This record gives sequence, C-alpha cells and structure tokens, in this order.
Amino acid sequence: MGQGILLSGGADIDFMVHGIFSYEIFGQTVWITTTHVCVLIVFLLIIGFCLAANRAVKKADDVPKGFQNVVELIVEMLDGMVKSTMGKNATKFANYIGTIFIFILISNISGLFGLRPPTADYGVTLALGVMTFSIIHFNKFKHQHISGVIKGLCDPWPIWAPINIIGDVAVPISLSLRLFANVLSGTVMMALVYGLLSWIATAWPAVLHVYFDLFSGAIQTYVFCMLTMTYVTDAIGES
Amino acid sequence: MEFNQNFILGCSAIGAGLAVIAGIGPGIGQGIAAGHAAAAVGRNPGAKSDITSTMLLGQAVAETTGLYGLLIAMLLLFVKPLV
Repeated sequence: MGQGILLSGGADIDFMVHGIFSYEIFGQTVWITTTHVCVLIVFLLIIGFCLAANRAVKKADDVPKGFQNVVELIVEMLDGMVKSTMGKNATKFANYIGTIFIFILISNISGLFGLRPPTADYGVTLALGVMTFSIIHFNKFKHQHISGVIKGLCDPWPIWAPINIIGDVAVPISLSLRLFANVLSGTVMMALVYGLLSWIATAWPAVLHVYFDLFSGAIQTYVFCMLTMTYVTDAIGES
Repeated sequence: MEFNQNFILGCSAIGAGLAVIAGIGPGIGQGIAAGHAAAAVGRNPGAKSDITSTMLLGQAVAETTGLYGLLIAMLLLFVKPLV
C-alpha cells in the first residue's frame, strides 16, 4: 500500500490482488490469488448460463418465448457483430469472438457484484492478448504462406524488417494493456471513492459504477473484439 | 538509509504526477473526434448510430496512450520499483 494514501487517512483502501494460499511446485512458490477465485466465479456463472441455454434450445419452439428469446437475441447479436466486420470469414471465427466477448464482458461488469474484476489483473488480459496473437499468426502462415509472410516483413524495404517485427510483437501487448489499464483505473477509482470519501459515499457512487463498470467495460470489450477481428481479417488477406 | 528511502519515495510521487500529464494528449484527441462526430451528425443525421459507434471505438483506442501514463504512475506509487 502506498504511504501517501495511508497518510491521507483512509486505511481501508484496497484494490490490490491478494494471495489466498501458496504451494511449492518445482522449487517455485506459486500463489492462488483472489483473481483465480474471481475467474472461477465468472466461469461458473457462464457455465450455468450455458447449461440453461442448452436445455432451452433442445426443446425449442418455432415461435421462441421466454428464455429462448434471450439466448437467440445474444447469439444473433454476436453473429451480426462478427459478420459486419469479417464478411465471408465470419462463420469460422464467430465462436472464438463470441466466447471472448462474453468472458470479457462478464469479467468487466463483475465489479458491480462486489468482485475484483479478473481483467484488472495483467495475467488474465495478457493471456487473452497471446491467444489473439497466436490466432493472427496461425492465419497469416495458413493463408499467405511463408513467402507472403516474409514479403510482408520486408515491406517496403528489407531494412525495415526489425521495425515490422517490433510492430507485430506490440500487438498483443497493446491489446492487453489497453483492457487491463481501463479496468484497473475503474477499480482504483471506485476503491478511492469508497476508501477516502466513505463518510459521504451513499447512493451517488452508483453513477460512477454505471460509468466505470458498465459503460467503460462494455466499450473496452467491444474494442478488444473489434481489434481482434480487424487484425485477423488483415492477416487472412484477400486470398 | 532512511533519508534515501524517503527521498526516493518523494521523487516517485513527483514522477507519478508528471506521468499522468500524458492525459493531455488523449483529452485533445477525444475532443477532436467528438467535435468531428458532432459535425458529421449535423451533416447527415440519418447515420447517427453508425457515427456514434465509430467515434466511441476511435476514442477508446486513442485513450491507450493516456492509460500508459496512468500505468507508469500506478507502478511508481504502488509497486515502488526504485525503493
């Protein structure tokens, strides 16, 4: 905890990741942290929803009603979003984009339910960024072949290759840092409001929750998926 | 030793304050984007929803550089790599 904040009177400001218990593996100490627990809760929530959706879709009617309506709405929205950006490649990537969209969205708005958002831990967002990075480069090698990749690296002249490589490596880092820093700034802001202004923090922080958790979280989810789709479409090329 | 640590802590706080000046750039950029979006809606009110979503996407991407500054400030204040 920073000394400066402690000096200003609020001793109960808390937005850090905490370790719950540690264990030794291959001579390294590994911690199970609050992030693991929050990711687990988000996973359980999504799995529960998926099981319910599966049951609703199995006995689906021609005219949807109730829960089946909600499921169809979500699927159509995600499919439409992927289709509008990726065009003819949409069917292959709708699954991946839909999955990360739902995971990031639920993670971001889990701050509303008193969890520390899992995406406010750089470990989670870096994993998402690395997944996107692998998909980009798998598709690049698959659709442009080795010659196309080398040609892309030596654009416009071979002497620019190091700069192009740095540009490639910067993609997952900037993707993950953008998501991480946005969610972290919201978390820190809410912790400061509740910690330092606790004597007047009644009801009005709800407005801040709507901005930092709902609005900012939804926008960043959209941006992450949009950029992933743009990069992958770019990697596939015009073949 | 004690003096050195406190000196470094104070300098870290000043550095954190300087780092968040990075927020000026995204502020100007987002303002320009919003202004142009307002002009575009004035010219073509029918495309309002498209313009709004494009503007929000661009602003969220432009925000990144400011967030890098915020991240540096956070590192200096809470992780204290220099102490």
